[in-house]
Amino acid sequence: MNDMSDPVAPRKSWMGLLAKAKPGSVSTYLDARFKRPDFAWLRPPEIGSVMVQGRTGGTGSPFNLGEMTVTRCTLKLATGEVGFAYIQGRSKPCAEAAALVDAMMQTEMAEDIRTHVLAPLQADAAAAKKIRAEKAAATKVDFFTMVRGED
Amino acid sequence: MYVAVKGGERAIENAHAWLAEERRGDLSIDSLTVPQIREQLSLAVNRVMAEGSLFDPDLAALAIKQARGDLIEAIFLIRAYRTTLPRFGSSAPIETGKMACDRRISATFKDLPGGQVLGPTFDYTHRLLDFKLAADGEVPEGPTAPATGADVPHVTEFLNQEGLIEDALPDDTTPRDLTREPLELPADRSVRLQALARADEGFTLSMAYSTQRGYARNHAFVGELRIGTVPVEMEIPELGFSIEIGEIAVTECETVNQFKGSKTEPPQFTRGYGLVFGQTERKAISMALVDRALRWEELGEDFEGAPAQDAEFVLYHADNIQATGFLEHIKLPHYVDFQSELELVRKLRREATARTQQEAAE
Repeated sequence: MNDMSDPVAPRKSWMGLLAKAKPGSVSTYLDARFKRPDFAWLRPPEIGSVMVQGRTGGTGSPFNLGEMTVTRCTLKLATGEVGFAYIQGRSKPCAEAAALVDAMMQTEMAEDIRTHVLAPLQADAAAAKKIRAEKAAATKVDFFTMVRGED
Repeated sequence: MYVAVKGGERAIENAHAWLAEERRGDLSIDSLTVPQIREQLSLAVNRVMAEGSLFDPDLAALAIKQARGDLIEAIFLIRAYRTTLPRFGSSAPIETGKMACDRRISATFKDLPGGQVLGPTFDYTHRLLDFKLAADGEVPEGPTAPATGADVPHVTEFLNQEGLIEDALPDDTTPRDLTREPLELPADRSVRLQALARADEGFTLSMAYSTQRGYARNHAFVGELRIGTVPVEMEIPELGFSIEIGEIAVTECETVNQFKGSKTEPPQFTRGYGLVFGQTERKAISMALVDRALRWEELGEDFEGAPAQDAEFVLYHADNIQATGFLEHIKLPHYVDFQSELELVRKLRREATARTQQEAAE
């Protein structure tokens, strides 16, 4: 996903981060440092579903596993940048915040947004992932041989 | 005689008002919140998401509250809600090989890369009631250990290196979708897997158990069982590229089954597959066993007349919402149907009585 030769890789990366963020956290980080810019809706927030596919045997032909809820929206800043959001769940305010961040990342504010919104979101996600991985690691079985039946 | 009747509105309204009151229960006890259900009854939430076929823990928790804990009623609520949502599209197939695993065990290999990770399991607990929970004790945080963060490879890959297990080669066919078209037979494996992923856990468990007891010989090992989270990625047409739109928890089970070989295939191990939303391992193992039993035809095995081999029997009876809908409708008014049955029985009685009297007279 972070293939540097891919020109859309950075945007893919931040949109994915925004989609998976803990509900409310994008707004919290955004509003802590920035005044929300003026914008117009190109597509107001809409709740829908996405059919999630799995693969037979983990690697084979696709099949439909079931749906998940997704909220999407598109907005345009007064300065012309267009922001998209496709995020998990049913929160319209979270979708709005995600689309705003996506649009602001296309402006000269990008570096500030990266430092004060994306970086903390990334840190939160990494911390949450790390603690689960460490708890799982603590339940890893160490086998040891009691008696070898060789005598 | 046919009599059209109407009525019962007030009775229905009052019944629903009383239902709401009974749902709330004793007012001197705190009302249960949706986040409490989501966090503390999470395996019930997972079952409702899996069989409701919609991944949304908050909605599933709300449905459980509304249904007073009746999980099939909750699943019904989720299925009904689901139909109101516009479909934005289909995801790319999730990559379970990249799962962040909470749990990952194999019953076939003791030592395997990534190790045996038990996760938050009921296994090895003593199944004794814990009265400390009734006293609402605080729980100490679970211990941690350093984690590598590396991807955990699928167990079947090891067997595959020796060519001892059938391949599951990727392709990009668009699978049929049971939410868009009715179930028709013969059903290919992708349709069967979709039906099983949303099938009733109890039904799937019983079918799987029947194969273990000898109704369809298919002795299964759990090659691998893993539970964890995977990102969901979807192509966004407006953007022209794909992005991750979320992250879901799933349980995946791969069984390894012995296979004597057929005209076209050498003796090797075959596979059954289970994949279910949430932490739902009983269901995922059951699904893998039933999937394998249903594959008898494509593997050139004999049909032994076992229910679990019969795709029509399994697939048409696995859905608890269809089943409960048909079952429960018989309690709704059938006055007219029954009136005609009543007339018929009375007529048969009269005829039988007349015949007996006539025989007695002769």
